[in-house]
Amino acid sequence: MSVHTVIENGQRARMAADGVARSDAVATNSAANRKLFKSRVPIHPKEAQGQYRSFKWAMMAFTLTIYYVTPWLRWDRGVTAPNQAVLVDLAHERFYFFFIEIWPQEVYYITGLLILSAVALFLVNALFGRLWCGYSCPQTVWTDLFIWVETKIEGDRNARIRLAAAPWTAGKVLKRVSKHSIWLIFAVATGGAWVFYYNDAPTLLHQLLTGTAGLGNYAAVAGLTFTTYALGGLMREQVCTYMCPWPRIQAAMTDIEALSVTYRRDRGEPRGAHKKGDSWEGRGSCIDCNQCVAVCPMGIDIRDGAQLECINCGLCIDACDDVMHRIGQPPRLIAYDTEANVLRRQAGQAARYRFVRPRTILYGAVLVVVAAIMLLTLTFRHTLDLDVIRDRNPGYVQLADGAVRNAYTLKLMNRSDQARDLRLSVSGIKAREIKVIGDGEIKTSVLLPVDADKVRTLRVLVTVAQPDLAGSRGLVFVLADKTGKESRAASAVFVPGAGR
Amino acid sequence: MSEKEVDEVSGTQTTGHEWDGIKELDTPMPRWWLGILYATIVWAIGYWIVYPAWPGISSYSHGVLNHSQRDEVTANVAALKAARAGREQELAKASLADIQKDPDLLQFAMAEGKAAFGDNCVPCHGSGGQGARGYPNLNDDVWLWGGKLTDIEHTIDVGVRSTSADTRQSQMPAFGRDGVLKPEQIDDLAAYVVHLSGRPADPRAVRRATPLFSDNCAGCHGAAGKGDRKFGAPNLTDNEWEYGSAYEDIHDQIWNGHGGVMPTWAGRLSPAEIKALAVYVHNLGGGE
Repeated sequence: MSVHTVIENGQRARMAADGVARSDAVATNSAANRKLFKSRVPIHPKEAQGQYRSFKWAMMAFTLTIYYVTPWLRWDRGVTAPNQAVLVDLAHERFYFFFIEIWPQEVYYITGLLILSAVALFLVNALFGRLWCGYSCPQTVWTDLFIWVETKIEGDRNARIRLAAAPWTAGKVLKRVSKHSIWLIFAVATGGAWVFYYNDAPTLLHQLLTGTAGLGNYAAVAGLTFTTYALGGLMREQVCTYMCPWPRIQAAMTDIEALSVTYRRDRGEPRGAHKKGDSWEGRGSCIDCNQCVAVCPMGIDIRDGAQLECINCGLCIDACDDVMHRIGQPPRLIAYDTEANVLRRQAGQAARYRFVRPRTILYGAVLVVVAAIMLLTLTFRHTLDLDVIRDRNPGYVQLADGAVRNAYTLKLMNRSDQARDLRLSVSGIKAREIKVIGDGEIKTSVLLPVDADKVRTLRVLVTVAQPDLAGSRGLVFVLADKTGKESRAASAVFVPGAGR
Repeated sequence: MSEKEVDEVSGTQTTGHEWDGIKELDTPMPRWWLGILYATIVWAIGYWIVYPAWPGISSYSHGVLNHSQRDEVTANVAALKAARAGREQELAKASLADIQKDPDLLQFAMAEGKAAFGDNCVPCHGSGGQGARGYPNLNDDVWLWGGKLTDIEHTIDVGVRSTSADTRQSQMPAFGRDGVLKPEQIDDLAAYVVHLSGRPADPRAVRRATPLFSDNCAGCHGAAGKGDRKFGAPNLTDNEWEYGSAYEDIHDQIWNGHGGVMPTWAGRLSPAEIKALAVYVHNLGGGE
């Protein structure tokens, strides 16, 4: 095959090296082509093959499996609570996660989880670069899935470019219609899976199919179908580049010791086409075949250096390794490496990886501390809780004989899955009378049954006789399990009236 | 603008306007933006057809759905009433004592009572039933007409000095304004009432007022000034004062004989609602 007879995209293509055609792919963000107003350049990524592609397929299968299967997992919680392992029960204000059941009052667990996720993201970023973007972000996972569908129907990069330029024949219409239909099916399945997290999955599936589910469910499915289709199918890399804040935050948080997909310019430059038999002396290993650009789902050229568009998926590594293999050069001209190592090698030093750095120590420490706090609070979590809210209006009630009464609203929370008799007592005040509306007077204490997984609201009236008012400023409500194993106390203010 | 001019740097057409050599680019709107604009126009046309949109002289275009928010609210209220009907009937049939004993029914009555209180009673009695000058505090243990559940229910039912034929009726005379007593006698009486509630007062005035009290006040308030619920006459010996506890306040009340009106709620509220209100007020804390 001579250099000038290889045809790519209907044009004569130059060879980058013997057996390796040069792709005419151009980075969509190349500095040379940059304009004030840039309309989108369609990207037709070529399908890569290699380690990273395989890993990305595996991660796609793994993350999608988690997403689709989780709502169908069951977890026995007895008769008083639903048996869905992961369930956000908005109607009953509960969040179930396997053995954890979170009430709205404990939303700080969610806060803790979000802090953990953020710090974990920072840590992974400082160590290995944007692994999240490359392999687990829903945006890139679904984009990858949609590109896979596109490849299956329309063919690989060159076929797709030809199809895009081709006139609207019946064949093109058929391909486009079937592609968008399959995208929509995936989109519906995505939105459909989401609502199962908020409802009993088997019941809701039946309701959805028979048209008896609530309007909110259909609206959620429709909304998420639209976003999945639009973001994963149509907008793709634009979401990462223009909508997502993370690339910009990440750019501020990264450093030259962080691993990221790196073109080893110390080895690759000066680049240029290579003829069979020519010496590799005095030139770089890069034969400028542009295969790394052709496979890039973000449409960039990794050889331009680290850039915010790069999601670190490593597909360019696969493409380059394949080329290096074919021209008999060692692999990993593009590799997970650090900018610092490129500089070190250029200066004639040995490469080294510094995983222990101030920022990784800091992120790691924060991660451990937050995780430990979460674990501790979860382990020693009370299944019993007491909230006391003092009546503000009126703040106190003056009685005929000069005594003063304060009223309190008590919330008795039984977070266990058993109905319990809870003993309520009051201490810290010399009261003439303590009365529970509906349950009579508290002499020393009163037993109050509270259903499993329920809150019982009580109104308690505390009256202090006139002679004792001067010393009465506060009191403590004590709520204890009948068995005495668990108890909670809540203090409250007592207002002895005006002028005292 | 006669000729089209394209800016060299951006490749975009200019508007032809020029200020000191600076020309304005005529950058086209982004297509997605225009798309949304056109979509909203299409949506608006659909909206006119489906929903009420255009005002007419005496009516308006109803739209094919014939949608009306008022009908929706009416239907929702009706549905709510239907859903509550069972409990409402139970409440209407139950005696007040039974309601106190049944926790579920009590909770229902309290919720309904709270809502009814907010709608009807708050303007005078305050949002917590704490009362104000001239409007009794419903939280304390002082009741002009009785603090048992049945007393409270009856008071809500017929009102005080209201238009009902069965109204609770009493009238403190305006001893000063109507010239029944002389001003100096009222001065003495006010001192006497201060003395009744256990506070220091001029002993000579108290002595002078003693026969006056027996003649003019004891009929309703009792010889010892302890009040009488038959007449809705307040106890003058305790710490609670509807029109104020100071000498001047008491003087003013004897002179003018203030007496507010509580309307009759029978006919305005259903018997079940009145019962719920009674339970709610009773459970504010002062119920007997």
